[in-house]
Amino acid sequence: MSAPAAIRIEALHRRFGDLVAVERLDLEIPAGQIFGLLGANGSGKTTTIRMLTGLLAPTSGRAWVAGIDVVAEPEAVRRRLGYMSQRFGLYDDLTVEENLRFYAGLYGLVGEPGRARVEELIAGLGFTERRRQLAGTLSGGWKQRLSLACATAHRPAVLFLDEPTAGVDPAARRHFWEVIRGLAAGGTTIVVTTHYMDEAERCERLAMLWRGRLVAVGTPAEIEQQLGAPTLEDAFIALQEKDEAA
Amino acid sequence: MSLRTWPLWPMLRKEFIQMRRDRLTLGMMVGIPALQLVLFGFAIRTEVRHLPTIVLDEAHSSESRALVATLASSTYFDLVGQVDNRAEIPGWIGRGAAAAAVVIPPDFTRDLKRHRGAQAQVIVDAADPLSSASALQGAMLTSLTWAPDGTPPAARRPVELRVRPWYNPMLASSTYIVPGIIGVLLSITMVIITAMAVVREREKGTMEQLIVTPIDRTGLMLGKLLPFLLVGYVQMTVILVLGKLLFDVPLRGGLPLLYLMAFPFITASLGIGLFFSTLVKTQAQAMQAGFMFVMPNILLSGFMFPRAAMPEPAQALALTLPLTYFLEVLRGILLRGVGFDALWRDFAALTGFAVLTVALSVRRFHKTLD
Repeated sequence: MSAPAAIRIEALHRRFGDLVAVERLDLEIPAGQIFGLLGANGSGKTTTIRMLTGLLAPTSGRAWVAGIDVVAEPEAVRRRLGYMSQRFGLYDDLTVEENLRFYAGLYGLVGEPGRARVEELIAGLGFTERRRQLAGTLSGGWKQRLSLACATAHRPAVLFLDEPTAGVDPAARRHFWEVIRGLAAGGTTIVVTTHYMDEAERCERLAMLWRGRLVAVGTPAEIEQQLGAPTLEDAFIALQEKDEAA
Repeated sequence: MSLRTWPLWPMLRKEFIQMRRDRLTLGMMVGIPALQLVLFGFAIRTEVRHLPTIVLDEAHSSESRALVATLASSTYFDLVGQVDNRAEIPGWIGRGAAAAAVVIPPDFTRDLKRHRGAQAQVIVDAADPLSSASALQGAMLTSLTWAPDGTPPAARRPVELRVRPWYNPMLASSTYIVPGIIGVLLSITMVIITAMAVVREREKGTMEQLIVTPIDRTGLMLGKLLPFLLVGYVQMTVILVLGKLLFDVPLRGGLPLLYLMAFPFITASLGIGLFFSTLVKTQAQAMQAGFMFVMPNILLSGFMFPRAAMPEPAQALALTLPLTYFLEVLRGILLRGVGFDALWRDFAALTGFAVLTVALSVRRFHKTLD
């Protein structure tokens, strides 16, 4: 293997009662890659991300993030990962600057290093004019940008994005992806869940999930080939129809 | 992780900024105590005064008239009429024109002069138990203190009934209600405010974000509890000051002791709130759970009704509520002026509750979503 794996997943399994949300998933994601988890609602992609971030305990199986066992050492792994949820996780009644200071502080970035990092993020993401604005009054695109800044304040080795661009306008989305590519170029591994085809196309590699099972993995072109569909969207819809017929 | 980089500090900072911006919390700290104090303090009167009273004076002496005058000046009785024979009394009371009647028999003056223990009768409308209890008290107070002018002290014969209202000679309900309000309000606000604060983080999705950060369970819980501990102390101080200003509630014992004893009580209430937050999903449910908890507290703890008057199962249930013990503490310190030696059992019980509730909720609060 060329690059060391940023994420290694072995037979990861999660049940909710009788429902199997993720079924014996095996996956390896090299460092510095933008990796997409593609699937319809209920395909198990959010459950997978939640197990990798320590939000949910797996029923069985193992996973390593940045070389650390997520089940055995959940606190250690949390220092190395960043997580941006669908709901952004911002405090509406705190200002942009206060949100950043809070999240940076939780990772031990306090005092002068903390202040410096917050200033860097404010300047780098164009928040200078809005630093004293309450997060609750920001538009969707700016909230997303702030949420990303909070999730990366501690420069995580692996960044998890759970449907990050839901409800955000195209211009903000484009800017968002520029930032993501910049982070990946700097060596951060990015794992992103999505069901938007244009977003899936931007990933270097994808894993396609269907009813908790891995049905295809590879570059977007390889997935089309594996599933015998002319485009990624066709492949996606074919799986969804299979789902409705079942 | 050193103490300096412990995530507790940013957590506390954040909580205080949020509290400053949250009008509801500020209102709960000052507004609600003031409102409740006025409401309870003025509206709840378990002592009834100014009972409309009629007099049947069959003795017709200066002594009997002096007794009537003393009763009237006790403020328990307001004289509304004179009657000439017993048969008229049921009519007055029956139609509600009078709630009490004072009957002084013909031989009252003679017995008094012979120091035989003269008797007079107070008839009360027992359909209203509070009124009758109050009339009894009024009559008793008068009989204890009254003697016709010129009676040598040695010749005074106190009446057999010997209930002396200690600590609260005027039997003013505000005096014992106000210390109770401190306890009741603290348990309402502490339980609800904590449960809501945790559930709000979960509803808004910020709890999910907090869980993926390296903040440990202790830091997270302390970050939530410590600011509210301060809120509790502010609230208690507001009620004490207002109680003193509005109702002249006495502060007989040591305030440092009271603030010390409040610590385990507030902590236990916060622990209960935290525990509720692990049971409910929405802020509305948290609010409901809080009120469900508060009702038995108000009814059973001795805040409104004396515990001794309750059936035994209710008394046993009351012993499982921290407020029951804290009320003993409040009344003990504020009204009776007692010290720690009289209250250490309550302190021990409250400490037990604090440890138990916080431990239980920290155990239940997993740093995972399921």
